[in-house]
Amino acid sequence: MNLELSPGQRAARAEFRAFVAAEIAPHADRWDREAATPAALIDQLRERGYLGSNVTREWGGAGRDMIAYGLLTEEIGRGCSSVRSLLTVHDMVAHAIQRWGSPAQKQRYLPAMARGEILGALALSEPEAGSDAKSVQTAAVLSGEGAGDAWVLDGRKKWTTYGQLAGLFLVLAQADGKPTAFLVERETPGLDVRPLHGITGTRASMLAEIFFEGVRVPKENLLGRPGFGVSHVISAALEHGRYSVAWGSVGLGQACLDASKAYAAGRRQFGVPIADHQLIRRMLTNMIVEVRAARLLCLRAGWLRDAGDPGASGEIMVAKYYASTMATRAANDAVQIHGANGCSEDYPVGRYLRDSRVMEIIEGSTQIQQITIPLFELQEF
Amino acid sequence: MDETHGKIKEFLSRFFKNHDLQPNEDIFALGFVNSLLAMQLVAFVEKEFGVAVGDEDLDLDNFRTIDAIANLVARKRGTAA
Repeated sequence: MNLELSPGQRAARAEFRAFVAAEIAPHADRWDREAATPAALIDQLRERGYLGSNVTREWGGAGRDMIAYGLLTEEIGRGCSSVRSLLTVHDMVAHAIQRWGSPAQKQRYLPAMARGEILGALALSEPEAGSDAKSVQTAAVLSGEGAGDAWVLDGRKKWTTYGQLAGLFLVLAQADGKPTAFLVERETPGLDVRPLHGITGTRASMLAEIFFEGVRVPKENLLGRPGFGVSHVISAALEHGRYSVAWGSVGLGQACLDASKAYAAGRRQFGVPIADHQLIRRMLTNMIVEVRAARLLCLRAGWLRDAGDPGASGEIMVAKYYASTMATRAANDAVQIHGANGCSEDYPVGRYLRDSRVMEIIEGSTQIQQITIPLFELQEF
Repeated sequence: MDETHGKIKEFLSRFFKNHDLQPNEDIFALGFVNSLLAMQLVAFVEKEFGVAVGDEDLDLDNFRTIDAIANLVARKRGTAA
């Protein structure tokens, strides 16, 4: 494992960092209050090739290596976790199509997703199905002449990140009791998108509920095979999502550290900057060390992904678990260092704390990681 | 047992150290495969043998035994008997 970034990766990070500093970070608090991501910002992401940048060159994408991809995610996450989650969900869907899609599906969707013309979203969770993905109640029934000409979907999805904007949904449904994945276009009759409001964190991520009522999905939009929806298709999407959330959590932790350093250096109490107080330094030390540790875990996971190593799955879970819990600790301390100011809208650390809570829930909760990570170690004994 | 069979057996043997897995033994029936190993197995086949496993290969019978996995690799390489 090479711990040094290549010149190309360093240059890419500098580009990402400059863009986020100019176009995202200064506005993120306002987007959070308005609970919306501006269309103009999404246009910029498209123009810069930041959406679907995990799509290979063969299908019109940037084909970023997983380290450069992670650096992009970290920098966006440093500025705004909502915008980072747009990259996460869009790229998860692109990844699942690239991994398990038919040639026709790849041709139809991947170039458009790499250009950001179609936004993807994962329609997995339901009011009664979260971590237990196989228990989704949305049903898919084959309907039509002879062997059937379409799948008909009925059900309801909830907490669909950027569902308000997505043009393509990766939907998990039960087909004859088998978890099965489908690609469903937004304009399909019977599909209804309703915005969700009042979210605690990543408030600008434009969540939606998706209602399916007799939605006819062409047979060719089945992704993978019936029965492989969770074990292979959604698993692939979630694995990419975990990788993205892990890096985004590093960015969030770094943002907490940046804000805390600046505040602790400028805020004076008892005649000195509060950075001179030992208990403040203790919190800063924990942040400094844990952000670096999380970044190293992400780099290791990325290196294994680029190598196609079967061990990458476990390392991604480790990175996501550590980075997301680190972000919560960092954000909690960042608010504490800011005192009353940390509880106001005048500083971003309150947003960081709310966003960090989301990181521990999405793409496999902290508790799911705690249950699963030991299995990777134990399965070899 | 050829080289492909040997590599598959070596990989799978990491997951059940005290069992001498036979070429035609059903690893699902033996209870060795969980959802974690399912994806790892796909990654192993692709990395080790340089083939791409696609949606057309999503059939448990392709991964049920060492023989079946070796046949899948041979088909993907266009060297099936």
